[in-house]
Amino acid sequence: MSSMTDSPPRESFRLSQLIYDTRYRSLTIQVVTLLLVCAGVYWLINNLLVNLTAKDLEPSFSFLQSRAGYDIGTTLIPYTNADTHLRAAYVGILNTLLVAALGIVLATIIGVLAGVARLSKNWIVSRLMAVYVEGFRNVPLLLWILLIYAVFSESTPQPRDFRPGPDGTAASSMIWDSFAVTNRGFYMPAPVWGPSSEILGIVFLASILAAFLYRRYAKKLLYDTGRLLPMVWPIFAILIVPVVLAFFVMGRPVTLDYPVLKGFNFGGGIQISNPLMALWLALSLYTGAFITEIVRAGILSVSKGQSEAAAALGVRPNRAMSLVILPQAMRVIIPPLTSQYLNLTKNSSLAIAVGYPDVKATLGGITLNQTGRALECMLLMGLFYLALSLVISFVMNIINNSMKLQER
Amino acid sequence: MSDTHAQTVAFVREGMLDQQPPPTREAGTVKWVRENLFPTWLNAILTIVSLYVIWVVVSTFVMWAFSPTWNATSLSECRQMLEELGRSTETACWGVIRDRWEQLLFGFYPSDLYWRPTVALIVLLAGLGPVLFGTFPRWFMGFSLASPFLIFLLLWGGPIWLPLTVALGFGLGVVAFRVFSRVNQIVAVLVAIVIPLLYWLLLAWPLASELARVMPIGLEPVQSKQFGGFMLSIVIGVTAIVLSLPLGILLALGRASNLFIVTKLSVVFIEIIRGVPLIVWLFTASLLLNYFLPPGTNFDLTLRVIIMVTLFSAAYIAEVVRGGLSAVPKGQYEGANSLGLSYWQSMQLIVLPQALKISIPGIVNTFIGLFKDTTLVLFIGLLDPLGLINSIRASTDWNGIYWELYVFVALLFFVACFSMGRYSLHLEKKLQREHR
Repeated sequence: MSSMTDSPPRESFRLSQLIYDTRYRSLTIQVVTLLLVCAGVYWLINNLLVNLTAKDLEPSFSFLQSRAGYDIGTTLIPYTNADTHLRAAYVGILNTLLVAALGIVLATIIGVLAGVARLSKNWIVSRLMAVYVEGFRNVPLLLWILLIYAVFSESTPQPRDFRPGPDGTAASSMIWDSFAVTNRGFYMPAPVWGPSSEILGIVFLASILAAFLYRRYAKKLLYDTGRLLPMVWPIFAILIVPVVLAFFVMGRPVTLDYPVLKGFNFGGGIQISNPLMALWLALSLYTGAFITEIVRAGILSVSKGQSEAAAALGVRPNRAMSLVILPQAMRVIIPPLTSQYLNLTKNSSLAIAVGYPDVKATLGGITLNQTGRALECMLLMGLFYLALSLVISFVMNIINNSMKLQER
Repeated sequence: MSDTHAQTVAFVREGMLDQQPPPTREAGTVKWVRENLFPTWLNAILTIVSLYVIWVVVSTFVMWAFSPTWNATSLSECRQMLEELGRSTETACWGVIRDRWEQLLFGFYPSDLYWRPTVALIVLLAGLGPVLFGTFPRWFMGFSLASPFLIFLLLWGGPIWLPLTVALGFGLGVVAFRVFSRVNQIVAVLVAIVIPLLYWLLLAWPLASELARVMPIGLEPVQSKQFGGFMLSIVIGVTAIVLSLPLGILLALGRASNLFIVTKLSVVFIEIIRGVPLIVWLFTASLLLNYFLPPGTNFDLTLRVIIMVTLFSAAYIAEVVRGGLSAVPKGQYEGANSLGLSYWQSMQLIVLPQALKISIPGIVNTFIGLFKDTTLVLFIGLLDPLGLINSIRASTDWNGIYWELYVFVALLFFVACFSMGRYSLHLEKKLQREHR
């Protein structure tokens, strides 16, 4: 027996053990892999440096500080062509973020509505949604972007069609005198923040806080006493009434600036350019079709026993949906939803198809072509998209963790 | 007993009544319509709105699409035909499809050689048959293995010897493995990798050119910049799909392995590729890839694009396969280990067959996405169908035409992607049956 508990006889280390002994083999494999990868990377970078030196293009980011010299159609921050390439890239980044954020919001709305409609017992509605989903999922996004852009730029009236002709009627008219759809873009009224309008903002923030407090109070009351306070209408009232009251008490500090036809184009108001509209709609409809299927699969994944159990307990269908089915469906929905958000953000780089100045068009387009700094521009752009993807995954992971089933 | 009722009850029915038909409201179409279209007020409104939407869309589309302009050879001629018919000029001009459909399918491939891509497509479908459906005789697998070389020969042409000598490399690898596996497994694997590599790098090219000089048998060569249209989409898509599957499986195994460095390297590769849009990778391929190769190398843009798209989809496939790997119960891994199978044996015989089965829908979805994404090559100057639309619209005959071309291309993509999706559903159902 004692020989069993004794330590095994010490063997001297032989080289063949590196391959045949499982204790060392994994180490061998890893070291060999690492060496191979390092050699490969070294080879690539060496080639790169040799090639760049030969072309007199040593890596340097100083071009970012030089004058850009080109104009950008849609800018969220002040920008002129005298600004630097860095600022142009910044404008592009903001534009990418804008279209991605708008797209994520609209795609979610479309996807959830269509997903619920897809499951509706109404035959026509569910068929219609099936056609929508299959149509958008099976045709390339680029084609949809170009098609929707063509609709906007070909089938919408020109600004001059809004001018009354000799007989006093115009070929096109604005909707409620405030919205105009033209082939140059979509015009809508812009709010003008008058003096002391910030008080309105403070009132609104306070009412949001009040709504939260009310919700917490109602929940506490429900758990403590079982009394159910109405939720929807009081919260709605808390959010709306104080702001409206303050608006009139302070003598209407916020006014609207309506778009007006001036010369050959509209002036005033907010203009949403056609490229942005087309890109936004196409991205949202395309991603919405995928989200529809995700929502549908999520709701279907909740077993039927759950809704039956809820019904047996006397829970009404709407409350069963919000209290029993959706919380469970969300756990299934959120991970693929995250990857759809990531896809939408990455697909926003198709903006160059319609000339929307996103980061691919400014930093990776004009700046790259002007300076010839392909490596640096591509590197910066790749890093930007990588960082954006990581941020979105991070946020969605937090949401996912809060939705997770609390297991003991 | 039978008289009991005669005293107590005034009337007893003796025969059964005939069956009545159900009330009209509760049977047939009326019931179906009431239950499925108008069960509640909200649903009734939805139904009417949907019907209105369908009516508007369908009537507009039919009015637009029904247009006997098949024979027009230019937009102005088409408009003239429409005016003679008394139709609005906002109607489709299908002449452009008749005039240019060959270009949309084949790009600038020489028109007398159109049979070659067509035969290549048939070879492709035939070669994929046993892989996709698995009901073909076993000898057919040999044809599947030979089909890539045949397709290469058909599409690019040139002497017959180049694909043959390249194929010989694989044969050498197999023979080397067979010979050396009697000596030692590890040595056999190494030799089976090294010998074909050396052969391809040093021997294959001189051998092929020598053979071509001695026996010039072959097809007329075609440059890959002449490729275009759907042919280009299919070439890029299918090559990338076929090449990325093994690469993706390897990456997934790397990510799931317990070797620290291998795992980290796979994660870094997968996440970097997935975090950046394909369009940026395509521009990298067209602008930067040459910088990373020894000075003076300059190879075909189409090939560079195929490499980039392959790497891109391999990262996505790796993630799908990883999901499949983690869905295989742990007992299967442990069972394989306890039988004394080596890592590769257990993967090949136990884990991967199950994992791949689970991940088939995801893999097919990745392929559909990849096929759709081949349209992005338009941005780096390759003439895919969308790129050709631009060039057709730039011609004097068809300047100003939009919808017809978009509709045609969209329809072709829809047919291709929809049938891939149906195939994935079919597989899913088949595999579900097998699981029971």
